[in-house]
Amino acid sequence: MSALNSAMLLALLPELLVLALMGLVLITDLSGRVRGRNLGWLTIVGLVAVVLISVSTVMPDAAGEAVWGGTLKHDALSFVFRMLFLIAAALTVFFVLDVPGLGDRGAFYLLLLASVLGMMLMAMANDIIMLFLAMETATIPLYVLAGFFTGRRESVEAGFKYLLFGALASGVMLYGLSLLYGFSGGEVEFAALAQGLAETQAPTWAVLAALMVVLAGFAFKVAAVPFHFWAPDVYQGAPTPIAAFLSTASKAAGFVLLVRVALVAFPSATLPWWGAALAAMAAATMTLGNVLALTQTDLKRLLAYSSIGHAGYILMGVVAATKLGLTAVVFYLLVYMLTNLAAFGIVAVLERSTGSSAAAHLAGLYKRSPWLTLATLAAFLSLAGVPPFAGFVAKVWVFMAAVEAKLEWLAVIAVLNSIVGIYYYLVVLKVAYEYDPPADAAPIVVSRPVVWALAVLAVFIVVAGVAFGPWFGWGQWAAAALFP
Amino acid sequence: MNLPLLSLIIFLPIVAGTVMLLWPNASRDAIRRLALVTATITFALSAWLYVAYDFVAGGYQFVEKYPWLPELGISYHVGVDGLSAPLILLTGVVIFTGTLVSWNIDRPREFFGLLYILATGVFGVFAALDLFTLFFMYEVAVFPMYLLIVIWGWEKTREYAGMKLTLYLLVGSVLALVGGLAMVFAARDNLGYLTFDLLELEKAGLSVGFQKFWFPIVFFGFAVLGGIFPVHNWSPDGHVAAPTAVSMFHAGVLMKLGAFAALRVGVMLMPEGAKFHLPWIILLTLVNVVYGAFIASVQQDFKYVIGFSSVSHMGLVIMGIATLNHDGLLGSGVQMFSHGVMTALFFAVVGMVYDRTHTRHIPSLGGMMKKLPWAGVAFIIAGLTSMGMPGFSGFIAEFPIFMGVWRYEPWIAIVAAISIVVTASYVLRVAHKVFFGPLPEEFKDIPDINVFDRVALVTLVFFLVGIGVFPHMMVPWIESGVNYVLTILGGA
Repeated sequence: MSALNSAMLLALLPELLVLALMGLVLITDLSGRVRGRNLGWLTIVGLVAVVLISVSTVMPDAAGEAVWGGTLKHDALSFVFRMLFLIAAALTVFFVLDVPGLGDRGAFYLLLLASVLGMMLMAMANDIIMLFLAMETATIPLYVLAGFFTGRRESVEAGFKYLLFGALASGVMLYGLSLLYGFSGGEVEFAALAQGLAETQAPTWAVLAALMVVLAGFAFKVAAVPFHFWAPDVYQGAPTPIAAFLSTASKAAGFVLLVRVALVAFPSATLPWWGAALAAMAAATMTLGNVLALTQTDLKRLLAYSSIGHAGYILMGVVAATKLGLTAVVFYLLVYMLTNLAAFGIVAVLERSTGSSAAAHLAGLYKRSPWLTLATLAAFLSLAGVPPFAGFVAKVWVFMAAVEAKLEWLAVIAVLNSIVGIYYYLVVLKVAYEYDPPADAAPIVVSRPVVWALAVLAVFIVVAGVAFGPWFGWGQWAAAALFP
Repeated sequence: MNLPLLSLIIFLPIVAGTVMLLWPNASRDAIRRLALVTATITFALSAWLYVAYDFVAGGYQFVEKYPWLPELGISYHVGVDGLSAPLILLTGVVIFTGTLVSWNIDRPREFFGLLYILATGVFGVFAALDLFTLFFMYEVAVFPMYLLIVIWGWEKTREYAGMKLTLYLLVGSVLALVGGLAMVFAARDNLGYLTFDLLELEKAGLSVGFQKFWFPIVFFGFAVLGGIFPVHNWSPDGHVAAPTAVSMFHAGVLMKLGAFAALRVGVMLMPEGAKFHLPWIILLTLVNVVYGAFIASVQQDFKYVIGFSSVSHMGLVIMGIATLNHDGLLGSGVQMFSHGVMTALFFAVVGMVYDRTHTRHIPSLGGMMKKLPWAGVAFIIAGLTSMGMPGFSGFIAEFPIFMGVWRYEPWIAIVAAISIVVTASYVLRVAHKVFFGPLPEEFKDIPDINVFDRVALVTLVFFLVGIGVFPHMMVPWIESGVNYVLTILGGA
């Protein structure tokens, strides 16, 4: 390993800044002078500052470089996602600020930042040791965050459930990684691992089995069938902003790592097998997620199943294993993260105002809060994949990637699923737009920070859906890291 | 021409619609005035575009092309030819008259906002010369319909019918989308680059095997919206449940969207597939024409009669396309416009009667001619058009279709002609029951229609009679469009 030099430190600048921000939040909290939501503002300002500084100083070239002895990759793919995680965290904090028992607790922000740090390392991980470390760093704070409302049974249950499934998945994945390590003759770095597995003496079926076990770990992380069942319960029980964070940043982190592992660490000769497995997983995930979402009456559970469905669409782009596929995955994740944050933000407002996240409480929203109704229209139609909202083009790109890779059957399953999706998203809009408000309907209170966050997100949803060129360009730039 | 006339027509409605949606505090009158001004300007611009289209030169005119996503060969590319120019005009007519008859609608801000967003989608599809633009606009046209039906529709069936309609149309369009994407990649193998441009895809020389496989998927995907049998079922339910202006828009314009896109993307990009598959598809349209007419004739609900008559007449449109010969295509082109105006007129009259009597049950109605003479006369003119009487646009449209079908296969024309008789019988029966005979006691005091309604009726009647008397108002436009389609069919 080479000696510490400035290039290595610069590559990690965003992470170091987040670490510094954590220290700042901790000291400020302990000093006891800053009270209430000002800690949240500190976190938001800090995160935005990290994004601005990083973009202006340490932007890598597309192919990037391996740093820290090859454990980390500072390239376009990791950079785009690191920035996205920071933005998603900042937006999550907007929704947290006014939640009692959450927004005024320094520990909350600290754990959130720790998780973000882990996700950023996940995006960069370039060997199996870093992969595992980063994944645990990202996930362990989330167990605590999901169970943060210690006084509420559902929240504690959510935390425990997530912990149990998470621990199991980690163990399984670690087992698979150790098998790969053995089969490859002791390689840890992704590219070397692929090389080692291609030349291994071990029987093909054993290698494939190990690959499948690793994929299972990822399936848990991105909530794909058959490792999805934690998601609805955890989202429902966890504090709503944390559910938002889990379903967006955490899922995206799982995907970016999955993409890197599948395309770099798995030997290309095995593509037909794991490709088929992933294709089947994509089909099952989108079908099950969308079909189960049909019967949900609680918005958080509905969004949980819908997010399982979206994982299926994104997997389709991974299966394509082409430059267009990876571009589509990046674009989809960008759009999906920001849209889903908006959707959960709306649910958080509803929950604060009415005390429940049941879809029925949206009744008459058009009278009670016309602006929130418009935000709902944008967010849910974007999730449904209707133009001019961004979700439409995101879907078109993944369908295109599938058709280009000769996976027309998967594209047909996906488009039919998108129709199922349209059904339940429209039902939500119907409640908001058609039904009259009940006589005793609680007034909808939208706090100032949430208004700003939702406004920014809604504008983004429309802009990215019409002027998609620049965002697609980012996707291509990120994809160039693996497909030069 | 420097003025981007076509883009102006396409985007004016969505801009106005967005302004309305983003203006929650606007007064009812401010919104209605904005709506009327928008609709009038849009109508005027579409009429200007129609008149300015040079049918002697033919081809695509008012073309605008800007790169949208050059990496994937996607551009915003629009233009009109002889087939789409009348449809742009039709959309302008229906948006204008639909706005007039909706003057007293509840929640006008959201109603006109959504309706105008939909109008942009419709204009966009008719003008699209890029496959991506076409799909984008197509989906924009479908989703506002759901909210328009469930919020303002007929309480008994609106939720069911709105969802049914939306899902039917979207299933069709997404399957067509997969077909479209497959086409783009197949064309890339021949052209060497990725493009969504319809004019380039026409020349891509897709293999015959490819066309045979994908043609039915793409054609049916769009023809669902055209109401083709056996996937026509959403249409009567949807049209009955929808509020008046939305029925006018849906039956009058959106169904043409389906037929037009099936022609534009299905037939024109995959002519070999069309030649292979249309011989059996034409039999389905025969079911539309005859069965639709019979079903219409046994309805007791005023609006369902019109709903099923649309199924029958749209069957004629697709049948004309399916003949792939000059007469059939020419008739289809005229029929798209003629049926659009005629159905809009029918639904407008039905809405006027229902708003005053609160019933659509035909046996309970009667004597409306005494109370609503304007509506009665308009209904009779629409009825004569729908029977295909000479002197009205329906004749100009249906006569060539039957000629085309006769050339193609005489027995189909003979069977299809049954529908003319059946149509005449139900139109006369309904006109007699609703507008003549004794006026029921409870309707003695219903008010006559207002001046907005009259302007709407006169505008619609003008086109039906105008084209019937002076076919030259429309036929040369369609003729130039059909010639282009025929060169594609012959050249392939």
